[in-house]
Amino acid sequence: MQLIECPWCGPREEVEFHYGGQAHVAYPAEPAALDDREWAEYLFFRDNPKGLFRERWSHAAGCRRWFNAERDTVTYQFTRVYTAQEKGPVVR
Amino acid sequence: MPEHPDFLWRSPEPKKSYDVVIVGGGGHGLATAHYLAQNHGITNVAVLEKGWLAGGNMARNTTLIRSNYLWDESAGIYEHSLKLWEGLEEDLGYPILFSQRGVLNLAHTLQDVRDSVRRVEANRLNGIDAEWVEPDEVRKICPIVNTSSDIRYPVLGATYQPRAGIAKHDYVAWGFARRASEAGVDLIQDCEVTDFLREGNRVVGVRTTKGDIACGQVALASAGSTSVLTDKLGLRVPIQSHPLQALVSELLEPVHPTIVMSNAVHVYVSQAHKGELVMGAGVDSYNGYGQRGAFHIIERQMAAAVELFPVFARAHLLRTWGGIVDVTPDASPIVGKTPYDNVYLNCGWGTGGFKATPGVGWTFAHTIAHDAPHEYNAPFTLDRFVTGRLVDEHGAAAVAH
Ligand SMILES: Cc1cc2nc3c(=O)[nH]c(=O)nc-3n(C[C@H](O)[C@H](O)[C@H](O)COP(=O)(O)OP(=O)(O)OC[C@H]3O[C@@H](n4cnc5c(N)ncnc54)[C@H](O)[C@@H]3O)c2cc1C
Ligand SMILES: [Zn+2]
Repeated sequence: MQLIECPWCGPREEVEFHYGGQAHVAYPAEPAALDDREWAEYLFFRDNPKGLFRERWSHAAGCRRWFNAERDTVTYQFTRVYTAQEKGPVVR
Repeated sequence: MPEHPDFLWRSPEPKKSYDVVIVGGGGHGLATAHYLAQNHGITNVAVLEKGWLAGGNMARNTTLIRSNYLWDESAGIYEHSLKLWEGLEEDLGYPILFSQRGVLNLAHTLQDVRDSVRRVEANRLNGIDAEWVEPDEVRKICPIVNTSSDIRYPVLGATYQPRAGIAKHDYVAWGFARRASEAGVDLIQDCEVTDFLREGNRVVGVRTTKGDIACGQVALASAGSTSVLTDKLGLRVPIQSHPLQALVSELLEPVHPTIVMSNAVHVYVSQAHKGELVMGAGVDSYNGYGQRGAFHIIERQMAAAVELFPVFARAHLLRTWGGIVDVTPDASPIVGKTPYDNVYLNCGWGTGGFKATPGVGWTFAHTIAHDAPHEYNAPFTLDRFVTGRLVDEHGAAAVAH
């Protein structure tokens, strides 16, 4: 089990957290303008990189707040956590 | 355990070019190669495997085979597969230890009961063997299940598919490999596909760690790693790769006569031929390519298993491991053509594709040979996520697998 750093509470055990999938997937700015393919992209298609991934986590059994993290999907190591207001790191 | 010969397949150097290149030497890739040769006479085929033959999910899964899915589309392909399993040993001329010992899918709440009965009726309409059984019958089929009413998730009954079963996964892979190799298919291990050589809307070759290989058609059967390859093609697929773990106990006397699965407490158990209890749970929540998972998943799964099977309390856990499974939003696979003229996709089987091995090999081979989907994989297109014709088996087909 690994420790995950909540931006508000500090390091806590993994079991306290809930995974929320890819971060920075914005709700369409003009929903009415989207065609079926664009809706499908928004609803169903997510990146699935082997390596660094920016994703959402919630500290479900703690402060219950959502935050973002950058994590390596091969080592599972968290390389950065940041609040939803902060801009994400650029993944190379 | 039957003895097997030393060499089951040839290990040739790759040729410069093949009619069909299959990426991924797991069960699906090997079965596809076998049926390409056997059903369609297409033998100028290579199966390229980055690791060792069938060392991916094929070697890591808990081998549960059943066809009691809810939707007609799923019933079609999984039942086609189950029928092939029933004749596979003869077809391959190789033991696969297919044991039709049945599966119980337990219901623990009134809603579980209703959903289960609905699924039994749907299965029967599709000609699939299915029964609803009450707790006392559950006890007769599998005496070690805790059917007392004072546990947190009491067993209110179960669906039962008697034709469900398990098979020895390695032997299945080796059986397909041997037949494909005999037919002239080149099985090339230690050969990772790293990129594609494209000309317009066609892929004319693959770049591999053993050099470039030209091809007439390319079929992807690379399970949890599909996105890594489709990213190279600029093709977006609605897949998330997750770690999925399994574990086995030490060898025990036969105690567990059937397969038992529970959606609510999320554990599934069967007893392997040698005697290990083979167990699994759900996927780890996060994306992962690491072929290992988190320990707390195992802890929870063990707690569930011991409550359902009190006799397990003294069993020792021997080994745990993980695979990478490719999960789609509707928990159904993606099989068929792609926007490329000659690239075919087989992925998204998630946690339940072992049971489909012969069935998908059969229909995928048909799709490649005819450049058109087989009736059983026709519903599982990539564009169903755009058209909205999902085959939503999440929660419908009982727990994963
Ligand atoms: C723990 C666990 C339990 C499971 N339990 C069940 C079960 O009880 N019942 C069931 O029906 N299903 C089960 N599954 C799911 C099942 O194992 C998979 O759905 C199925 O094996 C996928 O098809 P495959 O056999 O071809 O995949 P794999 O065996 O994973 O084959 C894909 C192959 O592609 C290779 N590959 C990937 N990328 C490349 C590349 N770039 N170049 C060359 N080769 C590449 C990989 O090395 C791998 O060998 C389970 C899975 C896991 C992990
Ligand atoms: Zn917190």
